[in-house]
Amino acid sequence: MGFGDTSYDVAHVLGGAMLLISFVLLYQRRIFSLVNALALQGMVLALAALWQGYVQGAPQLYLTALIAFTAKGVLIPIYLRRLVLQLPPARRAEPASGIGASMIAGFLLVGLSILVVLPATAGARVLAREDLAIALSLVLLGLLMMVTRRTALAQIAGLMTLENGLVLAAIGVAGMPLMIELSTAGLVLVIAVIAGVFVRVLHERFDSLDTSLLDPHRGEGP
Amino acid sequence: MTLWLILTPALAAALCAALPAQAARLNILASGVTLILALLLLLLGEPGGTGWLRADALNTPLVLIAAIVGFSTAIFSAQDIAGEGFDTARSRAYHAAFQGFMCAHFLALLADNLGVMWVAIEAGTLACVLMVALHRTPAAIEAAWKFFILCGVGIALALFGLIVLALAAQPVADHAEGQLSYTALRVLAAQADPGLLNLAFVFLLVGFGTKAGLVPLHSWLPDAHAEGPTAIAAVLSGLLLNSAMLAILRGKSIVAANPETISPGVFLVVMGIATLLLAGFSLWRRRDAKRLLGWSSIEHMGIAAIAFGIGGVAGHMAGLLHLWGHSLIKSAAFFAVGRAARIKRAQQMAAIGGLTTSHPALGWGLALAMAALAGLPPFSLFASELLVATAIGGTSPWLLPLFILGLLVAGTALLHAMQRLCFGQPTPQPAPMQAGLATLLPLWGHLLLAAILALALPAPLSRMLLDAARMLA
Repeated sequence: MGFGDTSYDVAHVLGGAMLLISFVLLYQRRIFSLVNALALQGMVLALAALWQGYVQGAPQLYLTALIAFTAKGVLIPIYLRRLVLQLPPARRAEPASGIGASMIAGFLLVGLSILVVLPATAGARVLAREDLAIALSLVLLGLLMMVTRRTALAQIAGLMTLENGLVLAAIGVAGMPLMIELSTAGLVLVIAVIAGVFVRVLHERFDSLDTSLLDPHRGEGP
Repeated sequence: MTLWLILTPALAAALCAALPAQAARLNILASGVTLILALLLLLLGEPGGTGWLRADALNTPLVLIAAIVGFSTAIFSAQDIAGEGFDTARSRAYHAAFQGFMCAHFLALLADNLGVMWVAIEAGTLACVLMVALHRTPAAIEAAWKFFILCGVGIALALFGLIVLALAAQPVADHAEGQLSYTALRVLAAQADPGLLNLAFVFLLVGFGTKAGLVPLHSWLPDAHAEGPTAIAAVLSGLLLNSAMLAILRGKSIVAANPETISPGVFLVVMGIATLLLAGFSLWRRRDAKRLLGWSSIEHMGIAAIAFGIGGVAGHMAGLLHLWGHSLIKSAAFFAVGRAARIKRAQQMAAIGGLTTSHPALGWGLALAMAALAGLPPFSLFASELLVATAIGGTSPWLLPLFILGLLVAGTALLHAMQRLCFGQPTPQPAPMQAGLATLLPLWGHLLLAAILALALPAPLSRMLLDAARMLA
């Protein structure tokens, strides 16, 4: 299996699409669009799982696809949308921040993950290792998003896209055992709900979602 | 038995949520039952067992420690939570989350499948996150948000490590379950690809290291300990850190089973030394009593990491004994400080002083617990720190000065703090309040157990300690 082989190419296109959406997430300021991009990434992830299930002849990956589609493509986006709708319109976008710098940092991180994964995984299958490189890029881009964004919702979107990267890595190894798959998806839902609780508390207490408002309360105080 | 250890707290969590009026009593009852189950598990053992749960010499003593700390924390919190003045909803949430955390913690310790262990550690963390935010002050929200985000990232990196581990095992495992079973992986690791194992270990160390409070991802720990209810701080320090350390230990023993991989011990020693030194110096600058204890937890995790990194039978024995002793003494110190903060209505160290004069039983208990944390005899932390030093001296003596410097800096800082908290003129107290048996019994009970661990280790425990160290070495 290599370049020019359909099964390999399609897997790459899907992985690449997810990576592209991560870059969209990195610069998108409007929270609605952020949630939409996240939903799209979840759906592409489901497609990638479906394709890997077909290629590897691993029927349990169809279930992974179903879980990814339900949790990340439908449930979490609906929940986040409802959360955003409860906020006043002024809270639905983030103050402008340096997009250029974070895009460049994103490119560097993708390069870094390829440099880390490819030499370390010389023994594994070609598809698995390149999937792993894309997955690690998604994880690092999610981290970058959590570092650079200031609002609570955008940071959570970062955590979610990071989790998408993990699932992409897992489908490269024919998936995890079913129970772990299910509980991981359940935990992600719980994370989304807890994030929702935080968003409400932040909004009530500070009338903002900007987590930098919390900074003065860090540590032991004056 | 192992199954019941997990089902009992799960059932209790549901009951606590359903019957908030009885929740405090249910909490104690359920923790008592799990303590009996854990004792039975230690004495009788679990025959056979090839399923998802596996009790061995490594995790059985940790299960017992967890059950002891859980039981005494339940007793302590019955009084402490009543003093918080929570409404029904918050009291219900607290008790359900406490038992939910216990359930997740037992599962994390006992699970043979590393994926299940990961899920359990994450579930336990999530149970704690909302408890840290329970006071709803800006500082509590900040602490909980930092805890949530940092540990979310950490645990995600750990999962990536597990996936890489599964990828490494895939060509040599004969079925999917074997890819993540700890028992199977230890056997398979020798034939797996060393490059992938290296990659997996780095992610596991950074990921679970976040949860264990190892530098550089430790910053959630002091705030989360200081801003939540004291009972949550006691189980965070006493239990969650242990399960994270156990996860690192399991990852290390898998990677070390392959002769061609990098030596994982070096990473642990470097992180451990950095953690010990940073925490030692930070301890000097603390003004908040609960943050002081949080930093001391970071310090002790550093010591354990050094011990596991040095490895060998001696190093692993020292590290495990250190984890046991730290759980008991740190939770005892939290009980005492939490009660003192309740009596003085402030947790600043300047506001708490002269406890031995105003509340002798509480003050002397806290003084002994802090002396034990500083590494003074006759408690088990003294014994384990001595063992770590001996193990370091045997393998890499050049490390010894750094280690001893860290211990001295941290120890003197803790003794200095002990003096301020326990001796001298008593600080004013808003209203007369006794220490209360619900604090004194767990406090002195833990101190007694920690002394027993050092002076007369019971036969089943010492046998398991040796077996576990041999298994890991």
